[in-house]
Amino acid sequence: MAAAVAQIRRIGLPRLIVHLSVLAIVLLWLFPTLGIFISALRDKDQLAVSGWWTALSTAHRTEVARLADPATQKQEGNLYVIAGNVWEAGDARTIDSFGTRIQEPAAVKAGETADLGEGETLQVNADGSYRYAKAEAFDGSRGRRIYLTVTTPPEFTFDNYRTVLNSEGIGRAFINSLTVAIPATIIPILVAAFAAYALSWMRFAGRTLMIAMVVGLIVVPLQMSLIPLLRMYNEIGTIFGVPSKTYAGIWLAHTAFGMPLAIYLLRNYMVGLPKEIIESARVDGASDFEIFVKIVLPLSFPALASFAIFQFLWVWNDLLVAMVFLGTTKDQIVLTGNLNALLGSRGGNWEILTASAFITIIVPLIVFFALQRYLVRGLLAGSVKGG
Amino acid sequence: MFEQIASAVGVMVAGVLACIAYFWLSNKMLDMAFPVRDGDVMAASQSLRRRAMVRPWLFVGPALFLLVVYLVYPVVATLILSFYDRGGQNYIGLSNYQWALGDRDFRQSIFNNILWLAVVPAACTFFGLIVAVLTDRIWWGNIAKSLVFMPMAISFVGASVIWKFVYDYRAEGETQIGILNAVVQALGGNPQVWIALPFWNNFFLMAILIWIQTGFAMVILSAALRGIPEETIEAAVIDGANGWQIFWKIMVPQIWGTIAVVWTTITILVLKVFDIVLTMTNGQWSTTVLANLMFDWMFRGGGDSGRSAAIAVIIMLAVTPIMVWNIRRANREMGGH
Repeated sequence: MAAAVAQIRRIGLPRLIVHLSVLAIVLLWLFPTLGIFISALRDKDQLAVSGWWTALSTAHRTEVARLADPATQKQEGNLYVIAGNVWEAGDARTIDSFGTRIQEPAAVKAGETADLGEGETLQVNADGSYRYAKAEAFDGSRGRRIYLTVTTPPEFTFDNYRTVLNSEGIGRAFINSLTVAIPATIIPILVAAFAAYALSWMRFAGRTLMIAMVVGLIVVPLQMSLIPLLRMYNEIGTIFGVPSKTYAGIWLAHTAFGMPLAIYLLRNYMVGLPKEIIESARVDGASDFEIFVKIVLPLSFPALASFAIFQFLWVWNDLLVAMVFLGTTKDQIVLTGNLNALLGSRGGNWEILTASAFITIIVPLIVFFALQRYLVRGLLAGSVKGG
Repeated sequence: MFEQIASAVGVMVAGVLACIAYFWLSNKMLDMAFPVRDGDVMAASQSLRRRAMVRPWLFVGPALFLLVVYLVYPVVATLILSFYDRGGQNYIGLSNYQWALGDRDFRQSIFNNILWLAVVPAACTFFGLIVAVLTDRIWWGNIAKSLVFMPMAISFVGASVIWKFVYDYRAEGETQIGILNAVVQALGGNPQVWIALPFWNNFFLMAILIWIQTGFAMVILSAALRGIPEETIEAAVIDGANGWQIFWKIMVPQIWGTIAVVWTTITILVLKVFDIVLTMTNGQWSTTVLANLMFDWMFRGGGDSGRSAAIAVIIMLAVTPIMVWNIRRANREMGGH
């Protein structure tokens, strides 16, 4: 205690408040996600009846069991005895205490013998075995009902993941999401990089206008594009007799929607490259194509990486574009769409929802933690300078 | 399973290769169309000039095509469609807008959108600024920042599942498995169906977006705070300013521009908010917003492109001032180049 006080005095109270409030904020921010991570690993029956924050503690629950019916009684000396086990073989639960009335389910400790009056005794052991004895023969056709207070050890399992990956279509949706996200990340980078180079280092009529257009289009809401594009896709589908919802269709849509920000970010970066390098290459007779591929592209790697992360996260996490441009069949539904469908059909099955949500968010989280540096750099380039 | 992956990889490679092939081949063909031979200086320089005229368009061509087809044309088409009837066949003037003004759902959406606009950008900026200031002074600040920033990577749908679990409701007296109701019950209150509470449920949905976007605000503002010249703060300390005064009178005014950028960026995001409402309530219990209403009308009863387009135009009108501001600022910056 005294040491703690000394410590506080050394750090200074304001410092301590800073540490504590940051800690509080971080915990508040972390807690919701933690709930999903832990719940997805819990046994589904435990998940349904206890909060995930109690996952590590053993649970106490009252259960009802029925003793074997009187037909199984045996005579031992002058006593009639019914014996057996309330659990089926292999049950790991342990019994704390038991009782014969629902009001007192924990009247007697496990292993002790309860005197039920008139020479009747009942002993239930922690492992579930019991011995029910009486001086006279048992009558009736049904076994006696008893109440048990049961301790269940925390149980963790990968069963939930197995279920969602196989029977809820999440495994297939994962592949679909990758099929959408990888080309929809690479193609816009290529297209935008060429355009950004032209807009920063080549002279042509309409350059300024195009830059202004790009900046303006950054904020145009997606909603403005959906209806005409939906009609256009359907028309193209009927005219050429091809399906209107294809992977190629959504790649182009994502490429186009990411294009304004991509061009803007990359142009901002490329404009800042040293003029001398590019001009000396020109003097040496290199064409713009060569300059772009051999000099500008490698030098722009940080900006390309920043945008790649943005675009990947945006495409992977998108729901709206996928709902409009892709079907909801098994071979086209993406993770976010599948998760949204599960929210409707499996609303109360938290073991399925949490495991599915975990699979949906794990890829972006890995990308995020591995490449955070580039993401931050991209955000700063995109926001501090412009829209 | 293997077959699926193989076909997915095949499609991906084909798509990317087609794109690379375009740039490579088109440039190759340009060089072949205007050859440069040794000896003939006049012809060579003419070829080079022509190449220089065509090549920029090869470079910007695909991008320009995509921008026009997927963004410029649809904006115009949507604007036009908003003056037509549900099938897009007959011109009906301003009827769709008139309908919107009288529609109960539309009014509710506008009200909710304004509520979101009033709360979310302010809350994100406020929390982001606080976290940025606090984490700058402690040794584990970067870890803390990283964790607050993390929700940025989570999809709105994923975040909705996460928060739906937080808000989960069990009848009174039962063991609550949603942490919010568990806390409320532990403190002696009654558990609530949070996402169905009229009016207040909007705030429970907003909490999700605030949770996601605070990290964004924090990152940007933290960088801006680091850019504040050390001398201004030192001068304030020498003059005897306390921490509070330094924060409000020295630091905040210097990052005012950045705060405006963060605020507007989140404002645009809020105007387009869709996934969260769709997955949490699907617009029930008076939580619908414009983007969801628009989506509903796009598909409801076979679709009504006129009404849907009118709602989209209204969202567009709301972002237009920000768009104009951005373009003007970008032009100013380029003028300085």
